[in-house]
Amino acid sequence: MSWVVLIAALVALVAAMAVVRARIPVHSVLALVLNLVCLAVLFIVLDAEFMGLMQVIVYAGAVMVLFLFVVSLLGARKEAIEREMSLLAGQEGMGVVAAGVLLVALLMAVLRQPLPAPAQVYPGFGAVRAFGAALFYDHVLVLQLAALLLMVAVVGVVVLIARRDQGR
Amino acid sequence: MDTVGLVLIRSLILAVALASLFAGMTVIERKMLGYFHLRLGPTRTGPWGILQPVADGVKAIVKEDIIPRDADRFVFRLAPIIAVFTALAAWAVIPVGPPIQVGGMTIPLSVADPPGGVLVAVAFAALSVYGVTLAGWSSQSKYSLLGSLRASAQLISYELSMGLSLLGVLMVAGSLRLTEIVAAQEQWPFILLQPVGFVIYFISAVAEASRVPFDLPEAETELVSGYSTEYSGMRFAMFMMAEYIHMITVSSLVTLLYLGGWNGPAFLPPVIWFLLKLGLLLFVFIWLRASLPRLRYDRLMDFGWKVMLPLAVLNLIATAVITVYVG
Repeated sequence: MSWVVLIAALVALVAAMAVVRARIPVHSVLALVLNLVCLAVLFIVLDAEFMGLMQVIVYAGAVMVLFLFVVSLLGARKEAIEREMSLLAGQEGMGVVAAGVLLVALLMAVLRQPLPAPAQVYPGFGAVRAFGAALFYDHVLVLQLAALLLMVAVVGVVVLIARRDQGR
Repeated sequence: MDTVGLVLIRSLILAVALASLFAGMTVIERKMLGYFHLRLGPTRTGPWGILQPVADGVKAIVKEDIIPRDADRFVFRLAPIIAVFTALAAWAVIPVGPPIQVGGMTIPLSVADPPGGVLVAVAFAALSVYGVTLAGWSSQSKYSLLGSLRASAQLISYELSMGLSLLGVLMVAGSLRLTEIVAAQEQWPFILLQPVGFVIYFISAVAEASRVPFDLPEAETELVSGYSTEYSGMRFAMFMMAEYIHMITVSSLVTLLYLGGWNGPAFLPPVIWFLLKLGLLLFVFIWLRASLPRLRYDRLMDFGWKVMLPLAVLNLIATAVITVYVG
């Protein structure tokens, strides 16, 4: 399984770089989709099967389609976005330095002690049944609060749209 | 033992079978539409016009491959590949019959049967929208862009009611594994236990496959074929292939989820029962195309959000209550 992890992690990294580096917004969206699919593969290798599939269905399949929808409407014509580098001179170099420092710090933290053995999971871990039990028994309050929050957001959107339509 | 070699062989058989089924479907659909319209359909290519797919294939291959000047060449080439891949990949988890015994080995009649089988099929269906959306954007033509925007809005809207009606089946069956869902229907197919869910799922399936009366993404009369306007030759054929395989995929999912899969009286082998039910559903798709006009876009969205979605939620709540209190 380790080579699957390695490939998925490498592709995810390259895709993440491409999200930032791409000149055309739609290419960034595509790279982000690839990144999310790679993360889903990592989830599945880590026995979190349901998480991985939800990652594809919800994020890659629905959220990113909305992104693509907006991006292709805003930038319907294929044009590279303007880069206003002059605003912050030398920011790329400083970014590379900061990323290097972060990498060294992380490596030092991780490599200080030997890696622990992989945790043993019980059969059925990460499947729908276990996932549902965790959501609806152990974390039911948090789940309901999140649902309430989303509900408030939806009502807010409807109110905002209704107000705009009245103004016409 | 299920070895990598066996999985590869099954994948190959599946890909070839689906490609031939696609070819067969195109000629059968044209013949059927012909009879519905009181005309003959293709007659010039072989007996009963049966060699029409060969003629179409040769035409698609030898045609000039045109890429518009302003197109995003990489995405333009990628889009049909995504479309065909997502349509084919969903079949990795679709079983066509119970496992068979060959020389002491148990061979499942699907490429894989993971515990979350239904979700894998749903995931690939969710990804299939990228083929259409990217095709529309990368062509840099207004008809294509309009078609692709319609497609993404439509597919997202109908995916919701599709998923919610699917949950009803999962509750009754108590499993996400497709073989177990079929096994749960030995007594009664779920179309009897989940009639509302079946109707919602089937209508959403027609919308997901972008077939008449929900074929707005490629409305010929107003959008000159929508997202595929700028495509020609083999790339256009790939979109057609994706659409037909998608139709076969959703039909087989309806068969497995609601019509009892390969369950049936014992005088026919299980695989034949599966194929018969699949054929019936495919005929219904053609029948719809021959009989119904296309919906208007706002009606399509209204229907999805104000009729299908509330109905699917009600069906889900009713199923949950019955499953918990009646058993």
